[in-house]
Amino acid sequence: MFDSLSDRLNDTFSRLRGKGRLSESDVNDALREVRIALLEADVNVSVVKSMLGRVKERAVGSEVTKSLTPGQQVIKIVHEELITTLGAEEAPLVRPAAPPLVILMVGLQGSGKTTTAAKLAKHLKGKGRRPMLVAADLQRPAAIDQLESLGKRIDVPVFVDRKAKAPKLVKAAMKQARSDGANVVIIDTAGRLQVDQALMKELAAMRKVANPDEVLLVLDAMTGQEAVNVANGFLEYTDLTGLVLTKLDGDARGGAAISAREVTGRPIKFVGVGEGIDELDVFYPDRMASRILGMGDVLSLIEKAETIYDEKEAEKAAAKMLDATFNLEDFLEQFQQIKKMGPLQQLVGMLPGAGSALRDVEIDDRQLGRVEAIIRSMTPAERRDPKLINGSRKRRIAKGSGTRPQDVNVLLKQFSETQKMMKAFAGGKSPIPGLNMPGMGRKKKR
Amino acid sequence: MDTNLLILLVVAIVTVAVVVVVAVMRSRRTKPPAAAAPAVTAPEEGLRSRLARTRTALGDRLGGLLRRGSLDDAFWDELEEVLIAADVGVATSSKVVEAVRKQKPESGDEARRMLEEALIAQMSGRDRSIHLEGKPAIVLVVGVNGTGKTTSVAKIAGLLGESGSTTVLAAADTFRAAADEQLRTWADRVGVEVVSGAPGSDPASVAFDAYRRADEVGADVVMVDTAGRLHSKSNLMDELGKVARVLRREAGAIGEVLLVLDGTTGQNGIGQARSFTDAVGVTGIVLTKLDGTARGGVAIAVEQELDVPVKYIGVGEGLHDLVPFEPRAFVEALLEP
Repeated sequence: MFDSLSDRLNDTFSRLRGKGRLSESDVNDALREVRIALLEADVNVSVVKSMLGRVKERAVGSEVTKSLTPGQQVIKIVHEELITTLGAEEAPLVRPAAPPLVILMVGLQGSGKTTTAAKLAKHLKGKGRRPMLVAADLQRPAAIDQLESLGKRIDVPVFVDRKAKAPKLVKAAMKQARSDGANVVIIDTAGRLQVDQALMKELAAMRKVANPDEVLLVLDAMTGQEAVNVANGFLEYTDLTGLVLTKLDGDARGGAAISAREVTGRPIKFVGVGEGIDELDVFYPDRMASRILGMGDVLSLIEKAETIYDEKEAEKAAAKMLDATFNLEDFLEQFQQIKKMGPLQQLVGMLPGAGSALRDVEIDDRQLGRVEAIIRSMTPAERRDPKLINGSRKRRIAKGSGTRPQDVNVLLKQFSETQKMMKAFAGGKSPIPGLNMPGMGRKKKR
Repeated sequence: MDTNLLILLVVAIVTVAVVVVVAVMRSRRTKPPAAAAPAVTAPEEGLRSRLARTRTALGDRLGGLLRRGSLDDAFWDELEEVLIAADVGVATSSKVVEAVRKQKPESGDEARRMLEEALIAQMSGRDRSIHLEGKPAIVLVVGVNGTGKTTSVAKIAGLLGESGSTTVLAAADTFRAAADEQLRTWADRVGVEVVSGAPGSDPASVAFDAYRRADEVGADVVMVDTAGRLHSKSNLMDELGKVARVLRREAGAIGEVLLVLDGTTGQNGIGQARSFTDAVGVTGIVLTKLDGTARGGVAIAVEQELDVPVKYIGVGEGLHDLVPFEPRAFVEALLEP
């Protein structure tokens, strides 16, 4: 199994702690690990090569920031380079000189074109536009039915003609859009292989008729080395204007994003993050970069944590946690600190490694408030020693917090479970691959 | 300040907070309502030529590489990259190349032959037949979204029909809009019956109904097409587990659990195979979309890590473009210049 990049790099650099500048040989050692990490994330081989060249140029001789280890320093540079490659600024849809805005959706079979077309229509409708969907996938059985059904769900008209050929259909759809006053036309096309000349020519013909403002390549985030060929193929025939990365709600590291971006030079405009029609998001290069490196958004987490903690305080809390004397009182206190770093949901998204298990969890702020209320309704003595809490105290706490005694039970039980978990960490199981826990007796041999 | 310490602290507290909140949330939520197979044969001819279309970048590169002749470090690095470019993965690629290197080939050609044999050896010795014990025998088809499950179900049903078996299909993808219609269109083409449920209905009950229907009409096989689901979504994997449980309870055993893997998928394919195997006990892989330039090399790592054989590969959109997997043809196509 893949160890996180930071783990590998920390090992590589364990000899180098305290060094001021990165030498060429340090960097070469590190880049070997970075190469493997990028390849494991499915970044294309040739793209990896050119990226590493750029990273090396920047890394050799760079100063190691005081709060970072040399390993983290290299990661930071790789991270920044990934962000640059992914496109540092937001890439909104173009605004056409005259409406309608015409969007052509293209891609391989099963990449998620139809779903994305509907999501995009919903997204634009929410912004006050009047979209129309065009069912131009005449290949896949029931693709038209799928789009019609999605259109009904989001109350967006769908242009359907089950008999026409694709280019002709598009022509009729454009006419219809103008007479209906639709100001966005989203054309869903059949999935096709970029090497299928007949179908690619058909796509080129559709493009000619529709004269789209945007041609979006819909790319599955799980795509491997092939992403480069796919992106190149579609670029050649349809002159793409942007990319949409789908199925990012899975656990694919998504190196395909880098590959496709690098070979086409086209920005990633949207990402699909779920099966719901709302689950389309604009693209955040920094998150994607962290994901490709398999490290969560650790760097932002560090930056945020540094602003709220001083060293002594942090050490004290960590020590308590590790010997399992961390009680509800400490929890309440620490949690007030952590909250300053941002909403819990957002923090969860930044967690590296072990945190990924929590990533799908939806955190409702009301529930969070409820948990806090329960703890606050306890006396300090009860927080320090939950064993004190008998039936009548439980009822009092429930009443005080506007909850039920069962809720108090669940909270106490769960807290003691997590305490045990912490103890397990202390026993040498790091919650995050890649972190050498201070004073935890964990030494990894390689 | 020690950044590791900080991260530990933040992670721990956030983790505790989330776990506690979720536990309280969950407890408040109300409970939700609750035969030895005929060997399937397909025309073998045409496979090679169709796979031949895929011989592009990789083959060209390998050809150039081998012509160079000198077997220095750069040669071995590049050989490894040829495999990585075919999605074989870093770990497997370096292992295989290292093994070949140890055999000390004397020429590029010899290295290539050894590499080919090494890869074939990795994939040999696995039972790739389709097991259809029981009547009706059950074939459960699973996978992430967009890999080609529905199409594969229809094609396999077509192949079974040609070898004389009757099949009933279960449209247990009740989530995606019009998935049912898609399966029906295919079913009409291959002339088999479909049992479906209302949109949003319980997939396990659709599977159950289809099993009963197959039993009633005396069909040999019931094939269950399930909704695509990302393997990292535990609730959806639980739902799939329930489908399998219901079928196992009803029939005693499931003949085949086929995982449909998209041939363009990279290293994520390993995680997919692992999660689906954990959830429903995958017995075979269907590797689709190999008619493009994708190599499907991740299948090698999947077989190694999970000991699950690839049983079919998809090499086109036609009914007969789903063919039994053959390691030698696969590896030759992977490497042939």
